[in-house]
Amino acid sequence: MPHPPAILAAEQISHVYTGPSGDVPALDHVSLGLSRESFVCLVGPSGCGKSTLLRILAGLLRPTAGRALLEGQPITRAQRRIGIIFQKSNLMPWRTVYSNLSLPLELAGVPVEEQARRTLAMLELTGLQNFAEAYPAELSGGMAQRVAIGRALIHDPEVLLLDEPFGALDALTREQMSEELLHIWARARKTVLMVTHSIPEAVLLADRVLVMSPRPGRIIADIEIPLLRPRSLDLLHRSDFVALTERLRRSIRAG
Amino acid sequence: MDHSAATGKQRRQTAAPELPTGRLHTSVALRAVEPRTTWWHWLLAPALGTILIVGWEALARSGLYADFIIPAPTTVAARWWAIASDGSLLRHAAVTLREVLTGLLIGVAAAFWLGYGIARSRLVAYTLTPYLVALQAVPIVAVAPLLIIWFGAGIASKVIICALLVFFPMLINTVLGMRSIPTDLRDLMESLEATPRQTFLYLELPAALPIVLSGLKVSATLAVIGAVVGEFVSASAGLGYLINFGRGIYDTPLVIAAVLTLTALALTLYGLTVLLERLLLGWQQAGHK
Repeated sequence: MPHPPAILAAEQISHVYTGPSGDVPALDHVSLGLSRESFVCLVGPSGCGKSTLLRILAGLLRPTAGRALLEGQPITRAQRRIGIIFQKSNLMPWRTVYSNLSLPLELAGVPVEEQARRTLAMLELTGLQNFAEAYPAELSGGMAQRVAIGRALIHDPEVLLLDEPFGALDALTREQMSEELLHIWARARKTVLMVTHSIPEAVLLADRVLVMSPRPGRIIADIEIPLLRPRSLDLLHRSDFVALTERLRRSIRAG
Repeated sequence: MDHSAATGKQRRQTAAPELPTGRLHTSVALRAVEPRTTWWHWLLAPALGTILIVGWEALARSGLYADFIIPAPTTVAARWWAIASDGSLLRHAAVTLREVLTGLLIGVAAAFWLGYGIARSRLVAYTLTPYLVALQAVPIVAVAPLLIIWFGAGIASKVIICALLVFFPMLINTVLGMRSIPTDLRDLMESLEATPRQTFLYLELPAALPIVLSGLKVSATLAVIGAVVGEFVSASAGLGYLINFGRGIYDTPLVIAAVLTLTALALTLYGLTVLLERLLLGWQQAGHK
């Protein structure tokens, strides 16, 4: 199958952490490519270097070898075109929901009226209209993470990197959030790379799931998820869904 | 066992003052947070104060001690009124206040920028830390005479003493504040292509503000101590000078009046920093509603 040109790519990326107790290899010749508007999940055992890979793709970390590319251009520093969502909501506690959302626009020097228009639209998209003036300390974990998603989308980055965005949430909220992410993604069509520990979450959300080996991480499987969209939580009990999660589980074990 | 009495006691016990553990604890820790405060609770502290003052007055009038050892509160009040109405109290207080505020401003500003430098740059940290720690170990009170020799008996030497006293707690708090900023937020600012100026204004300053302001609170009262120490060593004006002058001529009511004014000055400064904290850190109360 011919692949369309990748918007975000990793070329033979290796990374070694140098610490006081010696060198720790984290990534071993990782290559991948994300086609435009695709949703790709990255799964693998703890400590396999998933987050390291994400930080390298975000431009926050320089790899020991290899390079990350955004539309063919090497990524040498963090940039607005790549949005990041962290495991913790990572909001500024001194800013309200509204001004946490508008932060990227303020930093980019977007005109004030434009800021207000887009922030209000984002409040609506994330269902946070009634919490505009609330501070992060007043929000539940799920709501805080919705703000984080809204903040990552508001300045319209081309690529979105998510590092276990629902890892800190309880199971129930987590399922709801995955479904909401599907809705938001369906409307805002971004190229997404998401690190997750949850196999059902990966199958529910992704077009493709990449499986990483234990440290040092390598990509050991690339599994297409042919489930039709729009998807919802109802899928969780269908036999083809369960079969896909089984297949994914086996390939993780094989690593 | 009488049940109604027991529950009554229990209720009072559960309503006993608690020490809240929020970030703003220093400002509210001493205030009793009772769910049901009745009017007479507010009279307890003034009642104690009245008893103490009446007791003091009685002791002074008993004739057991000479007037210059324990002057009566009424005598002190009269003396205070005398220097307040002829304008001399205001003149001396103004001198001290000027020393305190100038010293505070210089000390806080210097400590903030140095602390920022230390928190941001390993080079600055390694170069300066030993000297700053050594500086902290120097008893400023002992160095005060030296500073008077170098900078004269005027306001400059007092300003420097204030600034030195204020410097260290402010420096420590600034470094701690800057280092408390989560790396995830720094990463976020980097990914949003924030300029160094934006990173300072949008992240570093607001994130460090709670700890910096609690440093300022400590500093405000320390600055008053600094000014008085300087005035004790050598001065021709100021509340510390007034105390020293009063002591020299055994005008004990004058000494007490000056001490009380000084206390009021320190309390006012402290109150202002608390007010500033409430004004700037309203968001901290959000989670405790």
